[in-house]
Amino acid sequence: MTILTYPFKNLPTASKWALRFSIRPLSCSSQLRAAPAVQTKTKKTLAKPNIRNVVVVDGVRTPFLLSGTSYKDLMPHDLARAALTGLLHRTSVPKEVVDYIIFGTVIQEVKTSNVAREAALGAGFSDKTPAHTVTMACISANQAMTTGVGLIASGQCDVIVAGGVELMSDVPIRHSRKMRKLMLDLNKAKSMGQRLSLISKFRFNFLAPELPAVSEFSTSETMGHSADRLAAAFAVSRLEQDEYALRSHSLAKKAQDEGLLSDVVPFKVPDTVTKDNGIRPSSLEQMAKLKPAFIKPYGTVTAANSSFLTDGASAMLIMAEEKALAMGYKPKAYLRDFMYVSQDPKDQLLLGPTYATPKVLEKAGLTMNDIDAFEFHEAFSGQILANFKAMDSDWFAENYMGRKTKVGLPPLEKFNNWGGSLSLGHPFGATGCRLVMAAANRLRKEGGQYGLVAACAAGGQGHAMIVEAYPK
Amino acid sequence: MVACRAIGILSRFSAFRILRSRGYICRNFTGSSALLTRTHINYGVKGDVAVVRINSPNSKVNTLSKELHSEFSEVMNEIWASDQIRSAVLISSKPGCFIAGADINMLAACKTLQEVTQLSQEAQRIVEKLEKSTKPIVAAINGSCLGGGLEVAISCQYRIATKDRKTVLGTPEVLLGALPGAGGTQRLPKMVGVPAALDMMLTGRSIRADRAKKMGLVDQLVEPLGPGLKPPEERTIEYLEEVAITFAKGLADKKISPKRDKGLVETYAMTIPFVRQQVYKKVEEKVRKQTKGLYPAPLKIIDVVKTGIEQGSDAGYLCESQKFGELVMTKESKALMGLYHGQVLCKKNKFGAPQKDVKHLAILGAGLMGAGIAQVSVDKGLKTILKDATLTALDRGQQQVFKGLNDKVKKKALTSFERDSIFSNLTGQLDYQGFEKADMVIEAVFEDLSLKHRVLKEVEAVIPDHCIFASNTSALPISEIAAVSKRPEKVIGMHYFSPVDKMQLLEIITTEKTSKDTSASAVAVGLKQGKVIIVVKDGPGFYTTRCLAPMMSEVIRILQEGVDPKKLDSLTTSFGFPVGAATLVDEVGVDVAKHVAEDLGKVFGERFGGGNPELLTQMVSKGFLGRKSGKGFYIYQEGVKRKDLNSDMDSILASLKLPPKSEVSSDEDIQFRLVTRFVNEAVMCLQEGILATPAEGDIGAVFGLGFPPCLGGPFRFVDLYGAQKIVDRLKKYEAAYGKQFTPCQLLADHANSPNKKFYQ
Repeated sequence: MTILTYPFKNLPTASKWALRFSIRPLSCSSQLRAAPAVQTKTKKTLAKPNIRNVVVVDGVRTPFLLSGTSYKDLMPHDLARAALTGLLHRTSVPKEVVDYIIFGTVIQEVKTSNVAREAALGAGFSDKTPAHTVTMACISANQAMTTGVGLIASGQCDVIVAGGVELMSDVPIRHSRKMRKLMLDLNKAKSMGQRLSLISKFRFNFLAPELPAVSEFSTSETMGHSADRLAAAFAVSRLEQDEYALRSHSLAKKAQDEGLLSDVVPFKVPDTVTKDNGIRPSSLEQMAKLKPAFIKPYGTVTAANSSFLTDGASAMLIMAEEKALAMGYKPKAYLRDFMYVSQDPKDQLLLGPTYATPKVLEKAGLTMNDIDAFEFHEAFSGQILANFKAMDSDWFAENYMGRKTKVGLPPLEKFNNWGGSLSLGHPFGATGCRLVMAAANRLRKEGGQYGLVAACAAGGQGHAMIVEAYPK
Repeated sequence: MVACRAIGILSRFSAFRILRSRGYICRNFTGSSALLTRTHINYGVKGDVAVVRINSPNSKVNTLSKELHSEFSEVMNEIWASDQIRSAVLISSKPGCFIAGADINMLAACKTLQEVTQLSQEAQRIVEKLEKSTKPIVAAINGSCLGGGLEVAISCQYRIATKDRKTVLGTPEVLLGALPGAGGTQRLPKMVGVPAALDMMLTGRSIRADRAKKMGLVDQLVEPLGPGLKPPEERTIEYLEEVAITFAKGLADKKISPKRDKGLVETYAMTIPFVRQQVYKKVEEKVRKQTKGLYPAPLKIIDVVKTGIEQGSDAGYLCESQKFGELVMTKESKALMGLYHGQVLCKKNKFGAPQKDVKHLAILGAGLMGAGIAQVSVDKGLKTILKDATLTALDRGQQQVFKGLNDKVKKKALTSFERDSIFSNLTGQLDYQGFEKADMVIEAVFEDLSLKHRVLKEVEAVIPDHCIFASNTSALPISEIAAVSKRPEKVIGMHYFSPVDKMQLLEIITTEKTSKDTSASAVAVGLKQGKVIIVVKDGPGFYTTRCLAPMMSEVIRILQEGVDPKKLDSLTTSFGFPVGAATLVDEVGVDVAKHVAEDLGKVFGERFGGGNPELLTQMVSKGFLGRKSGKGFYIYQEGVKRKDLNSDMDSILASLKLPPKSEVSSDEDIQFRLVTRFVNEAVMCLQEGILATPAEGDIGAVFGLGFPPCLGGPFRFVDLYGAQKIVDRLKKYEAAYGKQFTPCQLLADHANSPNKKFYQ
């Protein structure tokens, strides 16, 4: 019956899709039937037979702040808790219906290594709700969300809270391995003589602290350095990078001024913070004055065209569609197909979106033209532009991706229209939820059906996911 | 001109890895007038920067030949004359090679000292012009920058190098018995300081880009790029050029200063004449000790550097060119250059490409040899199974591989991550699981024919049809091992030398039944493992062991005649052997030596006589097996460097004592008794067809057995020293001792017709 109400785009796969539609679960058909009337574009939806539809009810985030500013004295679970309480207020979800809580984080505070659990307890969730923490570098929150999607789709859970948190204002700085060993041995020493002999082994260089790694473990290269090389490999100029960064800041400023960043919930630290504070539209002349930050003195990646160290947390409520409807919610979006990819962590560290995008589109049976809102994580201007060039290159597609033709370039007018990580900030563990909420909110505001979220991550990994607007 | 594009001898050199050549070298140039007429160099102008690209035709490397010289001078003159051009970039279009040095054949073609000196002076003039250029020149270095290439680079105003493993800078001339002859001896000390410059020139070591940056040898580094819109190597060169152009502009605009800070030592200490004298003295002492006066080049290098610093540049340049001429004319230099050519030859697979690439390798026996072979295989990406019969042996073997890799991490040649990833190519096991996938099995079990037969049969039951069975044996004839094989065409000998990761030689032994494809595969694997390969015919002791055995017999004889092992060691090392003869027996293992002596003694009879093998038998029975058992001729203790004589040997030596024959027992006679027996046997191997070429004989002797490199190997030695003189010596010893000294027919032929040479 649904076939009749849906004019199909003339895709080669249409018949296959038609078949799938005809056997869609009945539970949500009522919603779908109402959809074509309000949607600006009319395309097929991406529901799959015998698989539960997963929806985002809503999502929130704390303001993203430059690290070392207002959040500097907090701990990560404080921010995570704020995102969770913000979500509770926003959605009014009864605490006891939440089946599971998953958070992503990257640089772990050792005291709260399962930060999801500590934050949930503090935010007043039921102590009967289990929580775990995942880590996958800059796509940790994405991993939290997709873990939730998996739990719902497989019928294990109905209601999941997924989120992420990062507090770069404070990072664990350790004693050196030698010092740690000495201290542990001292703990075990029984007699004064043993202790003294251990202490006599102490050397002053033991006191040199060990900072959390800023470089890839496998290659010892910092990400900024890799981004600079990537930009050079794709011949992305300094000017192009500065222009793109300026675009990001300008769009973010505009979105902020127009109140489009509706996922932000205020945070009281003691003074209430209501806005992201990293958005600083500058001028190309100003940006051109900066010295390269990584490859000195001739590199192209600078502080102005890179994302900055950020504190922030995000959280979102994910449910099985029928559960959300039964509870009376109007969901914002479906979470559809997603894809993780990984490649060479040295020379292709930040090319995740290029690899993940065509795969997830193929999986969903969509093309670039079907996407109305692109939300890509902006680690560096150079990284975004290198990905653009890679996606636009037949040579790259043939030689490195095993494809016959290029992926295709996302149209810039649909790309990160409300700013991105360069301007809004990038708390590593929390960005994934921001990307999905931005896509969902943009689709509602600008009126489209499909959003594509993509991100790169340390370790040479990448992620992409299709977000489908929920029919109004 | 200058130096030489290569290197021989010393094992650490791998700068001349086969370079990948790609066909993308042609590019569009903006304004080169004479583009079509030049074959080695062309240049384009980008803005006000001239980009000079070097690309020797039909070669994987750029060498400073006469043609390149004249084209280069022409281009530079054009650049200097042009009003439009304010600066220049010098770059190579070949990935993996900037300039690998001077054309070695050009030097070899020189007949007289004057000709060589003149070449040096011409080169000096060209680089001096570069140095004095008013338009700044930036050398953009990607790949090997050696010898003359380095001398060109250091005369430029600025140097930018890619931080690639292939990018190495160095002055390897000393390894060819020469010195940097294009002003290198004068400029290098000014650039990096006297101690570092001497170290570079005296060792010939290759310096990686990051180290070169720290030393002040290069000014900027450029990281190699990954894939982009073009192949990585191509884009990296382009990027290097782009970066070099911005620096060239900066230098022309005086926004960048080419001045470098010198270290405290250079600024203060080396300005004091007394300190400088002490440095020269110290280095000279060290050189004398290490070369034992056998290699003239190092001392001359010190001399030339000293002249330049103490008497000024003009005197220095003159001295450099003269000494360069003198050195190139020496026998030592000819010997070393011969080895270089031989090495190039032995890095090729004369059997062509094998039908199937070996990807899965299995090694039987995790002893010193087996684990060593595993180590040089896993780090080249071969999936390797290491099998032994007991867990203890296997653990030891795996630990040896790990330690070998970990030592590289300590030297920063590998990262710990790379080590782990390489180590994961190794599977240690006690059974034959996975052998069904093996493309080649190398057995390195104990040297016992029945054991080898047993493993061969066991292995043949589990391996696929195409799999090659290679035996790592030092003396057992391969055809005897292959006798029990169902498929003798797949059986071959691969004789590695211990320690496998240090010794460059691999002796491959083919039987009459070994197929050509099997040989091609074995050579391909050896080349992959980084070996220099000689291919010899099967026979008792093959080539290397067979040459060594008569010399070892003479060692025993000499010891029996009452010569102290220490004295014997010093006699052999002062002749140019890297390890003394008595120490060598300890290192090889007395039991192994005994085994070989008995086996070969049976076959060759009195020609291998002289010493009494009873000496070795008694040593084995007392447990004096050499280094591995802690006692041999010397006593070995963990952590103790000093070697003391094993006093328990006195009674054994006394019981076998023979009276020395005074007419053939001078120090020189003792040296020649050893060497002539070696040489005589080597020539015999060529005569019998065990060896295919004299070049392989020389490479095998020098790289596998430590034959003095300054003599160039037994065949080169005969050519340079004179066959007649050697035959005379042999006859003299024959008169005293008997048939073991009878010169072989081929050697006698060479003595009879002085025009006959092994190398024409």
